[in-house]
Amino acid sequence: MKRSHIIILVFFAITIAVLISMMGNLSTYETIASAKQKEGKTVTIIAKLDNDHPIEFDPQKNPNYTSFHITDTLGNKAKVVYYYEKPYDMEKAERLVISGKMNGDVFEIRKKDGILIKCPSKYKDDPKAASNNLNQTSH
Amino acid sequence: MKYAGELLWPGQLGHLFILISFVASILATIAYFKSANAKNPQDANGWKQFGRLCFGIDVFSVFSVFSLIFFIVATHRFEYFYAWNHSEKALSVKYLLSCIWEGQEGSFLLWTMWHCVLGLVLMRTSKRWEAPVMTVLSFAQACLATMIIGLYVFGSKVGSNPFLLLRELGMLDNAPAFKDIETGALRADYLTLVNDGSGLNQLLQNYWMVIHPPILFLGFASTIVPFAFAIAGLWKKEYGGWTKIALPWSLFSAAVLGIGIMLGAIWAYESLTFGGYWAWDPVENASFVPWLILVAGLHTQVIYNSTGHSLRPTYFFYILTFLLILYSTFLTRSGILGDTSVHAFTDLGMNFQLMAFMAVFGIPALVLYILRFKNIPHIKKEESSYSREFWMFIGSLVLFLSAIFIIAATSLPVFNKIFDKKWTIGEDAEFGYNRIQIFVAILLGLLTAVSQHLKYKNTSREYFIKKIGIPTILSILVAGSISVFGNIHYDKYGLGFLAAIHLALFSAVYAVIANAAYIWTGLKGKLAVAGASVAHVGFGLFLVGVLISSSKKETLSQNTTIALPFDPKSKENPMENQTLFQGIRTDLGKYRTTFENGDSTDKSGKITYFKILFEKKSNNDSFYLYPNLIRNSKGQQGFSNNPDAKHFWNKDIFTYISYADKLDRDKDTSKFYQHPLSAGDTVFYSSGYIILDSVVINPRNDKYQYKPTDTALMASLTVVSKDSVRYKARPLFAYKANKGVEKVLDTVISQNLAISFDRVMSNEKIVISVKESSNLVPFVALKVLEFPFIRLVWLGTLIMMIGFGMSIIRRIKLVQNKLAD
Repeated sequence: MKRSHIIILVFFAITIAVLISMMGNLSTYETIASAKQKEGKTVTIIAKLDNDHPIEFDPQKNPNYTSFHITDTLGNKAKVVYYYEKPYDMEKAERLVISGKMNGDVFEIRKKDGILIKCPSKYKDDPKAASNNLNQTSH
Repeated sequence: MKYAGELLWPGQLGHLFILISFVASILATIAYFKSANAKNPQDANGWKQFGRLCFGIDVFSVFSVFSLIFFIVATHRFEYFYAWNHSEKALSVKYLLSCIWEGQEGSFLLWTMWHCVLGLVLMRTSKRWEAPVMTVLSFAQACLATMIIGLYVFGSKVGSNPFLLLRELGMLDNAPAFKDIETGALRADYLTLVNDGSGLNQLLQNYWMVIHPPILFLGFASTIVPFAFAIAGLWKKEYGGWTKIALPWSLFSAAVLGIGIMLGAIWAYESLTFGGYWAWDPVENASFVPWLILVAGLHTQVIYNSTGHSLRPTYFFYILTFLLILYSTFLTRSGILGDTSVHAFTDLGMNFQLMAFMAVFGIPALVLYILRFKNIPHIKKEESSYSREFWMFIGSLVLFLSAIFIIAATSLPVFNKIFDKKWTIGEDAEFGYNRIQIFVAILLGLLTAVSQHLKYKNTSREYFIKKIGIPTILSILVAGSISVFGNIHYDKYGLGFLAAIHLALFSAVYAVIANAAYIWTGLKGKLAVAGASVAHVGFGLFLVGVLISSSKKETLSQNTTIALPFDPKSKENPMENQTLFQGIRTDLGKYRTTFENGDSTDKSGKITYFKILFEKKSNNDSFYLYPNLIRNSKGQQGFSNNPDAKHFWNKDIFTYISYADKLDRDKDTSKFYQHPLSAGDTVFYSSGYIILDSVVINPRNDKYQYKPTDTALMASLTVVSKDSVRYKARPLFAYKANKGVEKVLDTVISQNLAISFDRVMSNEKIVISVKESSNLVPFVALKVLEFPFIRLVWLGTLIMMIGFGMSIIRRIKLVQNKLAD
């Protein structure tokens, strides 16, 4: 066997090992209920803003604390704390993808990019939003 | 039915040209295919001439399509969806092109346009390879034409036609204002009601975004050239015949794709607020991964040209590069990245077509590669471990594996879809990538440093040690002193990762010094042949810049004043924002900062600048930064924030507005109450009263400077609070012939009062409006970051690209000399 073949094999063995260990570090998409089961583990939840509660953010007092409530696809609700400024346009989000840990009944996000806001038509050609827009401009 | 004001011919002509371009590229594919397979030279030449003609027609059609779209956008023909959706009247001319590539159709068009240009060059330069190479390229042209053809075949949509009208897309169906009241049909004069387009995304209104897409797409498009040569080699069974003539193309492609990616990084740094130039976002990865594989292929191709080794991997890498370009097209345009990326396109309903695009290239290319694999020449004898080719090959392998990791992680949403799983990278996506890529950086740095000092085939041990000795010692000294004195204590992820950073730093420094040394010791200072060394020096510098600017990145706005005593874990919480009240100097790490004002806007009124004064504590140096808010386009309310940075030679101070009370100004529910007053009259407010002392015509004082010929009125008011403190308030009402009425509001901050001079009444009275509100003191929450030595990242990139350029020039000369012989 050629030396370079051995090296290729070794490298691929390393690659597979690292990929497997990467798999071990992956987190999963969860619901609020299943996230509560995995308290202290990083999970990702796709949810909607729960409009029954206002978004709490008082930058005059503390610009590093935002809290809000979410409803997941099963209708469960939870409070979320995000230790950063309130993302722009958060109120208009049709979907939130949040990554963090459940701590008791509160879902905590400690990474700036632990929250992904999906706004209608932000980077895209959304015909519905566009036609609403047309409607407004025509008045 | 005819509609008033519609200009239909550009759309009809445009669509006709799309169809012609599709048919012409199909014919070109067939003709070139026939020419490549023709037995006698006469046939081959005949078909080739016909292929050229067809490709020429394709080129003409594609450029016509582009011109027509440009015409529609530039003349604001809002009856077309494309113009309406991506532009508006007020848009400055320099962004008109950005409008075209904001949409999926426009970016496909950009891609085919570059194919046209590349095809024309290939026709002139690729000689006997023209027919097979142009077959592949013409076929790609046909596939890309289907992306914008916009036809329905057996009920399913093929492509998205950029020339569709607003009304054809049903955009007006739900808008009653556009309907005829009696019949319910669209009004014939509906176009008069469409006053403006919905505009270009505000974040794309940046000059980097004018040049980043064309260059990135040239990079994308050019990857087909090495691919096409590889396919041609397999097809014509001339396995090693193309590698020399195609080398300038591979270099060109790697250079341009690299520049394109880095221009995107600069844009992200300048206009996005994740605080950096690279976030391992799937969209970034999708173009970075093909680049890595392309560079791997580039190295194996060079190995083959010099030694005859590594031809099989060269084929593999070039085929894979192009297939990954198609895969990344699928990733970014299918909407599959919706939950993981901030900037992917959304589903255009063309996913099947995008997958078919991958399949029609992927399956034949891989089948051909597998069938011919045994026949591709290779050398049985092993490379010596004291040979350059051996270590270059290892380097290519490392690049390839690095790419595998990145694309595996990026593809999680695809795996989830296929296997119905729910995996995600999780909370700290960036570290997930970094902890693997740091080892890639260590290996690549070392390999880059060492390999050039080895000769092809074999090198004597003494020679090698003599050449590499001094650079090694020098690198240990330099990297060692950076490690010792550089204050790199990035221990957020533990000591292991910190050690890896120091190791990578050594590797990177080693790559710079060893390659710079090689230009003198190995090449005797002959710069004409030093392209590779220069590129490697650039790569090393780039790595040094990445390592230092990321590991020493500092949040200057770290908020230490607000500790929440009731929360025991508050120390763990990131406190990255500081609140600055207008006019109040606030301590911010090494600086004292003052938010001076947030009133100035640009000409269009869409951008609001916040003027922030930075004063360095140690030496009182001061400068201003102007982070700003851009009003959202596309009919959305609200703002996007846009950072500003001060560039020093050794660092950047980077800041953006996390929050400004201005964002919620319109939500302030307190109202202005109007009061008609004559001089001497009094108005009460909740904690005192206001007296109108006088009305001054054309005031000249510390606040206003008017000439006697102007028409300005200032109300001079005295505010008396409960505790008998007196304040002055001087709102203004002015009239300018060309501007109309101008009102300047005045505030008494301690009393939470805002007062405006509304109008003049006929009976010597004026109307004053008074508002009481709790948040009158303007403030911003600010994030300030320091990036040390970030210039090395840009400088390294620049030098790397200069190196590429030098290599391209040299390789083209070599090819020309060979042809001349």
